[in-house]
Amino acid sequence: MMKRLLYLKGVATLRLEQETCIGCGMCLTVCPQEVFVMAHGKKVRISEQDACMECGACMLNCPVGALWVQSGVGCAQAVFNTMLVTIQLKAGNEQKQPKP
Amino acid sequence: MAIAGQAFVVGVLETPVGTVPRVATVLAGRDRWGTLLVRLGFGRMRYTVEPGLYGVGAPNEDSPVLVTANYKLSFDHLRAALVGLDAWVLVLDTNGINVWCAAGKGAFGTAALCAQVAASRLAQLVRHRRLVVPQLGAPGIAAHAVKQQSGFAVVYGPVLARQLPEFLARGMQATPAMRRKTFLLAERAVLIPVELVIAGKWALLLALLLAGASGLFGPATFWENVREHGGWTLAGLGSGLLAGTVLTPLLLPMLPGRAFSLKGGVAGLLAALIFLAPFFSRSEGEGSALAALAWLLIISAVSSFFGMEFTGASTYTSLSGVKKEMRIAVPLQAAAGICGMLLLLWAKRVQ
Repeated sequence: MMKRLLYLKGVATLRLEQETCIGCGMCLTVCPQEVFVMAHGKKVRISEQDACMECGACMLNCPVGALWVQSGVGCAQAVFNTMLVTIQLKAGNEQKQPKP
Repeated sequence: MAIAGQAFVVGVLETPVGTVPRVATVLAGRDRWGTLLVRLGFGRMRYTVEPGLYGVGAPNEDSPVLVTANYKLSFDHLRAALVGLDAWVLVLDTNGINVWCAAGKGAFGTAALCAQVAASRLAQLVRHRRLVVPQLGAPGIAAHAVKQQSGFAVVYGPVLARQLPEFLARGMQATPAMRRKTFLLAERAVLIPVELVIAGKWALLLALLLAGASGLFGPATFWENVREHGGWTLAGLGSGLLAGTVLTPLLLPMLPGRAFSLKGGVAGLLAALIFLAPFFSRSEGEGSALAALAWLLIISAVSSFFGMEFTGASTYTSLSGVKKEMRIAVPLQAAAGICGMLLLLWAKRVQ
């Protein structure tokens, strides 16, 4: 097994509220990046925060809401597109404002 | 197109909920041709199958139900993995987008799944209450909500469709390897053609602009200038493009840093040195040194940009990370590109 590919350090927004966790293991099942481990078979622990790609699968599938992440798609083109739409919306709003 | 009229439908299955089309598990020549075209970026947004219920083999009331998206490449991967198996295939309407991307945007989601389960009357078709959903569909599906709304339990299948037979044979248990999304050399290489075609369109536009600029600012007439410098312009931009869209994905784990813009920039530097080698060995003087520096900047900037664009095709980048690297890299890329072009014009004056 070759060294795993990791993205930027310390940016992933993933948070786990361990008191709420019931240890069902759904997050371990859905995570494609092996971010979690089961600690003593009872509660989940984040073992590789930097491997999180913020897909949001764990948050959506956690039945008790113990996980939170600012989910999105890590795609530069999508970020450009979002910026363009935001600029267009702003420009549109300014045009719509009545002239004094 | 009618659901039964599609070329991969090879028969019908009589069921308690009416006739269900039976699909081939062996891909035909036209399926391979279609795969080739979308891998090259042609007709990728219209490569769809009709959403709904299908069957493979001779499925019955105990056969597993496998869920997928209506991107034909996804559907083909799935049915090709099911040779010799009996199963139901439930295709959700994702507007022709693959499972992972559609899940990220919500089209492959809890609501769409529950609606399709109801529309296909799955509860009357099968005795069990299980849906096998691809693991990469999980960013759009809340398993507990699906159970609540449809009565069906979601079982997450392997990342790769081709591991489904083993997954089913193990009683719907995945091995740790089935749960991991890898990004190996072959998986990166297959993405290169479509990246090249998309990037090529932009690069062609930029090349035309630069060739025009070189024609206007050179010492001789417009067309003589373009003939003199147009080749260099194309070669320079071509190196940047190839470094960003081919070299960067291929060498990804070997390139330094974690940011794709940095990896792309380094690949660009490598390409620039190769591109500039004949430049250095052939000519002398202040002008050519300036031009060499200019090309170093331009090629690295172009490669860094296209390297950064590869975050969208990659399997492990986060939105927070992409935003962070873009805040730093985009101004640098723009500055390097503009400085490079100004230097190039200056070099022409000096020569």
